[in-house]
Amino acid sequence: MTVMRFWSPTRQDASDIDEGAEEIPAKSALVPADSVAGRSVVIVIAIMTFLAALAANVAILVADASVEWRSDIAREATVQVRPTAGRDIEADVLTAAEAMRRTPGVLEARIYAQSESEALLKPWLGEGLDLSELPTPRMIVLKLDAENRVDIDRLRVELERVVPNAVLDDHHVFIERLGDMARAAVATAALVFVLILAAMAVAVTSATRAAVATNREIVEVLHMVGAADAFIAREFQRRFMALGLRGALMGGGGAVAFFVLAQFLARRWRTTGGGEQMEAMFGDFSLGVSGFLAILLLSGGVAALTGYLSRYIVLRHLRRLG
Amino acid sequence: MLTFENVGLRYGVGAETLRDINFHVAPRSFQFLTGPSGAGKTSLMRLIIMTLRPTRGLINIFGKDTAALSNEDVAETRRGIGVVFQDFRLLDHLTVYENVALPLRVLGREEWSYRGEVIELLRWVGLGERAHAVPTILSGGEKQRAAIARALISQPKLLLADEPTGNVDPTLARRILRLFIELHKSGTAVIIATHDLTLMDQYEEARRLVLADGRLHIFE
Ligand SMILES: Nc1ncnc2c1ncn2[C@@H]1O[C@H](COP(=O)(O)OP(=O)(O)O)[C@@H](O)[C@H]1O
Ligand SMILES: [Mg+2]
Repeated sequence: MTVMRFWSPTRQDASDIDEGAEEIPAKSALVPADSVAGRSVVIVIAIMTFLAALAANVAILVADASVEWRSDIAREATVQVRPTAGRDIEADVLTAAEAMRRTPGVLEARIYAQSESEALLKPWLGEGLDLSELPTPRMIVLKLDAENRVDIDRLRVELERVVPNAVLDDHHVFIERLGDMARAAVATAALVFVLILAAMAVAVTSATRAAVATNREIVEVLHMVGAADAFIAREFQRRFMALGLRGALMGGGGAVAFFVLAQFLARRWRTTGGGEQMEAMFGDFSLGVSGFLAILLLSGGVAALTGYLSRYIVLRHLRRLG
Repeated sequence: MLTFENVGLRYGVGAETLRDINFHVAPRSFQFLTGPSGAGKTSLMRLIIMTLRPTRGLINIFGKDTAALSNEDVAETRRGIGVVFQDFRLLDHLTVYENVALPLRVLGREEWSYRGEVIELLRWVGLGERAHAVPTILSGGEKQRAAIARALISQPKLLLADEPTGNVDPTLARRILRLFIELHKSGTAVIIATHDLTLMDQYEEARRLVLADGRLHIFE
């Protein structure tokens, strides 16, 4: 050591100093752990992180699923040939199907046989009815090329030219409604997500205020030995960041466990009819890489947010004090 | 390095506790601040470390008007002042070692860089064996010396001690005074508030600032 201090043993008697025997002294946190209502902060943060992770993943799930539904439906269109007096419906159906098949962009045109059409109506009309007496419309289901999209308006004009009593339905109303519903669901999930974060911020703010009040003595002493406000705020930030990290890992871990369990249960339910429908609607509940990353990112964000927020609260408090 | 000009201090309403205080403290000087209990010694010290604002007058520390300082500047100024409080103000959740090291930690220094320094100082004040104890289990005299060590560790330009021998026996009081004289000889300006006449008699060369009826009388 080059700087000479008046208490340095070179000026006193150096005999009683044995440098090698120094045990390493500790460097404790300046804001004591037990001075912060730590457990309740951790629990609140854990629950909020869990809920936020749920909201975020529901949004991702619905958004992904709706894209799939819509592309599935958009690959289909139906032609309805209505029975009209004076026309041969069988001939009309064949003509319409042939015209459709000739159009580029239409991969397939499958004619529903009379019996198939009747089977579709059965649930509404009941058993034991002779449908051949009724003027039942006939269906042609078109499979459309997703890459080389057909011009629906031109297709419709073409269809009406060859078979005037045929109607083309490309499901666009249904697709639009489905899109609106999905968007509304995602927006709701996003709103819930934001509200959860806001509630968490409020909880952290009041916990920080309480911690500053509890540790007023420590803050005073730190000020007296020349600590700047930023130094003191950083000490609080460190404490709260640690709490935030603990809570976020608990909540994020809980969310991952939740989705793993949901996926497991979904697999077991798949053997039942309802399970198949669920899977068709929402996939198999698996988190996927994006969902897992979202939870990881969210947990880190929560810890950082907790730390920075408490630092900001402390700084503002100290500025007002000064 | 420290100047009071026409400083007055009033707590709430009523008469001024301190009136027309004028004095100057030179670098490397040594003075006792004395006067009966309730004369305003502690109040005057609080004015110097800026935990109290004067109701009138000017206080200049290290060439700066204290009225114009920002929070940051106040912190910066305090880093040049070591204070031994009448009630010690040690932090109970830290060890003696950590308490004494606090001003260095606040300066942003790393633990390894000051470890030797702090341990030497603890030995010098006779607390070498108590480094890992927490303040709550220390005797009054040990707390006193820990508080003194904390005030000295950063080798401040100015040292304030409020009744530093108030809780100790005469032998320890003499030792403590010798610590302050030693510090003074190493270049620090020292102000010791005390009403202990025998203590002051042990260091005749010191200036005496005497507070009485809110006014300050100076004996060089
Ligand atoms: N925070 C305070 N509020 C009101 N009055 C105070 C306060 N601190 C000190 N006083 C009064 O100011 C006077 C001087 O007190 P103090 O500075 O503690 O004197 P000393 O340290 O010389 O004993 C006393 O009359 C005391 O009652
Ligand atoms: Mg006093």
